Amino acid sequence: MSDPHLDGNALAGPLREIFAVDVTSATSRCAACGQTGAVANLHVYPNAPGLVARCPGCEEVVLRMVRTPDAAWLDLRGAVSLRIPI
Amino acid sequence: MARAAIPGRLTWRVGKLAEARAETPTARTLVLDVPGWPGHLAGQHVDVRLTAEDGYSTQRSYSIATPADGDRVELTIQAVPDGEVSPYLTEVLSPGDPLELRGPVGGWFVWRPTGVDPVLLVAGGSGVVPLMAIVRARRAAGSRVPFRLIYSVRTPGDVYYADELRRRARDDAGLDVTFAYTRAVPDGWPHPPRRIGVADVNTNGWPPALTPDCFVCGPTGFVETVADILVALGHDPRRVRTERFGPTGG
Repeated sequence: MSDPHLDGNALAGPLREIFAVDVTSATSRCAACGQTGAVANLHVYPNAPGLVARCPGCEEVVLRMVRTPDAAWLDLRGAVSLRIPI
Repeated sequence: MARAAIPGRLTWRVGKLAEARAETPTARTLVLDVPGWPGHLAGQHVDVRLTAEDGYSTQRSYSIATPADGDRVELTIQAVPDGEVSPYLTEVLSPGDPLELRGPVGGWFVWRPTGVDPVLLVAGGSGVVPLMAIVRARRAAGSRVPFRLIYSVRTPGDVYYADELRRRARDDAGLDVTFAYTRAVPDGWPHPPRRIGVADVNTNGWPPALTPDCFVCGPTGFVETVADILVALGHDPRRVRTERFGPTGG
């Protein structure tokens, strides 16, 4: 994974279009390796058709998001959980 | 298609350029009036959207450079050669022109004036923008939290907010500002240009025992390097907050 990446901060706008809270401050647990950390720390690859967020520990996909003209697709299968501060 | 705004969710707003200031030959600060702006925290950013006459639209994220101030929002934009958005924002957009944006967004890379731990800010190039918002927010809140800013930049002519930083380093008690030059140094600088290294961070940062909050913002490679240095020096990784600027097509 030598491609340049951004980080989960870049998900803040797209996710705030869906959720009423800031999900980038949430703590996610990677389904592949179990590492936990802020969604803001995920490695985000913006050049795919959509946004692909990978675990900074094992580089497995944690979250994918695609925005179409009339819908947003959110794939969270790589995250065991999200702990959202309330 | 017009849609009713849903409270709590993010919607696009139309701001108006009030004035613009050149920071360097290739960077410009946009002062925007955004009616109904809800306020923001230092470190947050906005998404800016440009739409062409044929309906093609593209968006970019830009950090806010100032603390909350009514309907005023300032962004500093670095022109990326051959970029899709930044050349328009730095060269074409004129006072009175509208600009579509949404925000504020991002709740991780933020500093709150209620913070009491010392703060280390490490900026690489245009990564200084959200860190400048934090420096300004400290002053605006009358905070006495000890701050250190390490600003890595190619040449002295590439420094954003140069006069203000000089003034704040003199007048804002408890704020230290140091520079690391990577391509060209000022006359009389003690060493040739070089990339930021362990010695810079160790000498000009805080000891880990003070449990500082560290904020690192810049290009991806810079952020990885500095974050690794901080953790190697003994800083708690959970206290090292990072924001990467990347190849978003400018």
